[in-house]
Amino acid sequence: MSDRIADIYGARTPHTKGTVWPARVDQFLDPGIGEDSVDSWVQSACLLCSNGCGVDIAVKEGRMVGVRGRATDVVNHGRLGPKGLYGSTRWANSGDRLTRPLVREDRRLVETDWETAMGRIVERSKSLLEKKGPLSHGFYTSGQLFLEEYYALAVIGKAGLGTPHMDGNTRLCTATSAAAFKESFGADGQPGSYTDIEHCDAIFLYGHNMPETQTVLWARILDRTRGDDPPVVVCVDPRRTLVAMEAERTGGVHLAPRVGTNLALMNGLTRELLVNGWVDQDWVAAHTLGLEDLRSTVEPYTPEHVADICGVGADDVRRAARIFGESEAVLSTVLQGFYQSHQATAASVAVHNLHLLRGMIGRPGAGILQMNGQPTAQNNRECGADGDLPGFRNWDNPHHVQQLADAWDVDAMTIPHWAPPTHAMQIFSYAETGSIELLWISATNPAVSMPESARIRRILGGDQCFVVVQDLFLTETAELADVVLPAAGWGEKTGCFTNVNRTVHLSDKAVDPPGEARGDLDIFLMYADRMGFTNRSGEPLIGWRTAEEVFDAWAAITAGRPVDYTGLSYDKLRGPTGIPWPVNDDHPDGTDRLYTDAVFPTDTDYCETYGHDLITGGTVTEQEHRAMGPSGRAFLKGAPYTPPHEEPSADFPLRYTTGRTVYQFHTRTKTGRSGDLNRAAPDAWVEISPTDADARGIVEGDWVRVESPRGAIEVRARVGDVMHGAVFAPFHYGHWEPAAAKGGGHDDANHRLANELTMTVWDPVSKQPTFKTAACQVTRLRDGDGPAPAPTTGASAPAERHGARRRRPRPTQGGGPTTSTTLAQTPTYPLDPAQGAS
Amino acid sequence: MPHLTTYVGLADHSEHTLADSFRTVAEGHARAADVFHTCRLLAGWSDEHRTALAPIIERYGEADVDEPERLHAAGLAESRDGDIGLLRDLQDLHVLATLVQTTWTVIAQGAQGLRDHELLDVATSSNAHTARQLTWLNTRLKAAAPQALIVAP
Repeated sequence: MSDRIADIYGARTPHTKGTVWPARVDQFLDPGIGEDSVDSWVQSACLLCSNGCGVDIAVKEGRMVGVRGRATDVVNHGRLGPKGLYGSTRWANSGDRLTRPLVREDRRLVETDWETAMGRIVERSKSLLEKKGPLSHGFYTSGQLFLEEYYALAVIGKAGLGTPHMDGNTRLCTATSAAAFKESFGADGQPGSYTDIEHCDAIFLYGHNMPETQTVLWARILDRTRGDDPPVVVCVDPRRTLVAMEAERTGGVHLAPRVGTNLALMNGLTRELLVNGWVDQDWVAAHTLGLEDLRSTVEPYTPEHVADICGVGADDVRRAARIFGESEAVLSTVLQGFYQSHQATAASVAVHNLHLLRGMIGRPGAGILQMNGQPTAQNNRECGADGDLPGFRNWDNPHHVQQLADAWDVDAMTIPHWAPPTHAMQIFSYAETGSIELLWISATNPAVSMPESARIRRILGGDQCFVVVQDLFLTETAELADVVLPAAGWGEKTGCFTNVNRTVHLSDKAVDPPGEARGDLDIFLMYADRMGFTNRSGEPLIGWRTAEEVFDAWAAITAGRPVDYTGLSYDKLRGPTGIPWPVNDDHPDGTDRLYTDAVFPTDTDYCETYGHDLITGGTVTEQEHRAMGPSGRAFLKGAPYTPPHEEPSADFPLRYTTGRTVYQFHTRTKTGRSGDLNRAAPDAWVEISPTDADARGIVEGDWVRVESPRGAIEVRARVGDVMHGAVFAPFHYGHWEPAAAKGGGHDDANHRLANELTMTVWDPVSKQPTFKTAACQVTRLRDGDGPAPAPTTGASAPAERHGARRRRPRPTQGGGPTTSTTLAQTPTYPLDPAQGAS
Repeated sequence: MPHLTTYVGLADHSEHTLADSFRTVAEGHARAADVFHTCRLLAGWSDEHRTALAPIIERYGEADVDEPERLHAAGLAESRDGDIGLLRDLQDLHVLATLVQTTWTVIAQGAQGLRDHELLDVATSSNAHTARQLTWLNTRLKAAAPQALIVAP
């Protein structure tokens, strides 16, 4: 029995390079439930981070009562992390689920029936279409719905209404991943695979605190770094995370660049590869474009210059570059430290450049994992509920638009393709001025998660825009809506989703949703029916009634595209493991890694984008793209470093960055309702370095005020291992609080929201908001009565040397008992190169 | 070379006008965060071009004759309001940037004739930047136009 709050990763199963990752089955059942009393186990995958672990849901008497990892799944080999174990099912039975629709009457939300609630939406929608046309409608969805729901929403928006104003909170978490792929390789699509971990001899983690964001993937890395012939770890992060410590332990490097200077560091690493000749010249000549431009772009970034800009040691830059330059197989992973920071796309593209220069792509161990923040973010990108065209089609290519028009039997003019899709921040700007008058938000909580949250609340709460919210609970966002629709969640509906390394899982319905709550697909289809959308033949545009019908329609339109689902079906997905796309006649069992032939989807007629200027976001035209003649070669694209949009000043001398803790997910809608998880990180805090704390007379647990030009929060201080000059705040905490028994009841609930301080500014290419560069000041308010409510287990651990003796934090622990069983016989995993698959 | 001198003066003057106008639009549309930051960035590029041109002006002298006055376009003294205002301001910037671009094209031709490498380098690299300014303006115009024309309040 193990407490997976204290022991986040579980017992090690170390193994040597090139051998298969052993299987270990992790299981958690609610107290009092024995394995023999479970009625049934229902196949699914975990929805509490982007890793996509295969899981079976335990059902007893119509309730979800626990989870067990699927030993045969290629993603997790049976393991689950603390969020998956403790957080997957508790929310479903929490007493505060939405069970009836709500509508606003006399400024209050009151219960009503579906007829009334949907009637109001349809009435408003039809009158707006009549008066202003489809550009009056906006949709803001999630990274946590299912593929079928995104695709249905995309068809409603693009072919039913014809609005370009569709995006998801994936814009906040994963847009840069997609944008970087498109710029380098011509289309979205994860090149690498988790199986690269078994074969690499160095792992670079860029702005990626994997031990807290994807715990099972980190366990997979630990099983290599603690085994024979381990890889060297290199960490790029302003905090001393567990990754940083593993870098120190394995003889790698921890580079802690000043917040907002990632691109300067990347340019320095690139220059080192070039000047030291760590370049596969023949491969680069045959498979890439742009080497000379890249060389001149990075030329000024000597290690000393980089040291000046970033505050890292020049020799550390050299050492990190040497590790990259002299390894046979490097795996790179990237996440929010790059995506949500300044020059996001350019810095992420620079990771691709390093791999391309060394020809390290498309073979086991030499891989790139641009990660996602959320479990189904990939599907939003694929299906086009984020504004892109379904199937990685290019909005600027009339033939691609026509393919969709033919499939949907609508006029191509209906499908918005005259400009790039409207990104989330712009959608909210249009809603702010009443240019968008109907905003439909599904399965996300922008009142907490978007930057400059006071502004977002004003937009959602104002009369200029009619707001529909579809969710499991009355979130901070739903409280501001005009209509609230109660939705069914994971395990209460059927659908598929795809993880970071393209692995598609089917999640079957295990139990009925509570009260009148309905699946998100059913809600979208209900709206489509009432609106009476028809195609050119006069038939209903959308005739689907089941998730499986939507899936089959989706698979059909992916034919011939990089994201090819044509070989997948619900039957096939009910097998032992998830299956990575492309799955088609050529790859009937799926595809472990892309670009094994070094042919990239950059052909002008095939690519998803013609590309952008990485500095301005200006679009490359079709003629310009064709003139470059990429025809299957990857782009080496560079950009100079520019200073962040907001630099520290006399009034705001510190650099503010937001982030995550391992025990909470997103805005805590699910994890906050699991006592085991929530008690481990029950309230907001802010991390400050010992030097900056001393200068302000702050000790562990003191109440402090953190202020930026946009707003302030008042929370307790953790004196921690964040770099000097930087301040870290977790973004999870809005004003919602669970019951005291689950660790709720804090009196700072109304002044702890990290996004009060962040800026309204975004990357020019990916349009991902910049959550990680703002200037701030921290001032001491008063004594605390104990340590800060921050965990001690991960990057938030207290600084060792700092004099917090009188308030030394207790070790984070106290999760319910879970079991872990290491299998004597490791199953055979399809496509796994360690088991002989090629 | 009286006319080349005229054009060198025109480049300096029109880059100056473009930089000031980018800043005017940045401040006037600061609520559009991307317009604010990008316009300030692009104003900086025009400043850099003038800095690069300065030693050449020193060398040739900047003509102070009547003729170029007719070529000068007035900058944006103030920005316009709202979504349509943004559209019109971006269009004006596009016109100004086009004047800058054709000016660099003409100067590059002259520099080739004179075999003046320094001037050719300045004209060529500035022209490449100006093309990127124009591309961004065009991209932003296209994105803003439908909403501004059809729905904006």
